[in-house]
Amino acid sequence: MESKYYISAYCHIKNGAISVNGIPDFKDDTEAFAPFAKKAYYALKIEHPKFFKMDNLGKLAFIAAEALLKTEYTQEIEENIALVFSNRSASLDTDRKHQASIGNMEAFYPSPAVFVYTLPNICLGEISIRHSLRSENSFFIFDRFNAEHLMLYSNSLLQEKKAEKVLCGWVDFDAEDYEAFLYLVGMEGNIENSIQEINRLYNIL
Amino acid sequence: MSDLKEELKAKIIDQLNLEDVSVSDIADNDSLFGDGLSLDSIDALELIVMLDKDYGIRLSDPKEGRKIFESIQVMADYIEAHRTK
Repeated sequence: MESKYYISAYCHIKNGAISVNGIPDFKDDTEAFAPFAKKAYYALKIEHPKFFKMDNLGKLAFIAAEALLKTEYTQEIEENIALVFSNRSASLDTDRKHQASIGNMEAFYPSPAVFVYTLPNICLGEISIRHSLRSENSFFIFDRFNAEHLMLYSNSLLQEKKAEKVLCGWVDFDAEDYEAFLYLVGMEGNIENSIQEINRLYNIL
Repeated sequence: MSDLKEELKAKIIDQLNLEDVSVSDIADNDSLFGDGLSLDSIDALELIVMLDKDYGIRLSDPKEGRKIFESIQVMADYIEAHRTK
């Protein structure tokens, strides 16, 4: 069955490189994520000091959304864009840091700033605040990238008019292994919002 | 006292991940919240943990932090008067 919804833009972040619609946007040979994220922040001219307080998953999702949405919008967004994200590792990277801070009862000083990121969906809040999004948002945990679920869920949101567009995809971070793939679905675009096309885009990098 | 104030500025920058802020950017009487360094409620909790961990000061009421964290000067005065380590 032909979809009536389309993908208008997509973004990948992997192995120190950011690409938008398949076109390289930023690349850095730094192996570690933290310096890469910092360089990407300045290269993309993000100007959002709270970025540096985010955990790694939050930074990854934030940069991907920033790289993607800046191509679609030139000013502050107040459109009805829903967020549907997914990953495999949830917030495990930050969970481990929090666990390390509470493991020793003699030095029990859990960091509130770390603790607030022990939920993967916090990154949705960061993006919503940045882009003034007040619509539906969900974060799903899967063993692997699940194009079918993303397609069905985004189509449902659009059909039921819960949103005019849906920013969806995969944002995974664990122990310096990171990958982001986000795409924007709506009534307009050149790529059909189908399982086949979503998987094709996901596997481009 | 002067050393303590410089120490606090460095710790705040480091622990609260204040990018593009240096010790010399923070005056002793600058507001830490609001129009000053624009710290938020999570930062306030982080400072409460720092008082406990580094200076042995436990705040029984988090609301006490509002006054104590008014500026570096006020923080340093409070720490000097109450520190246990």
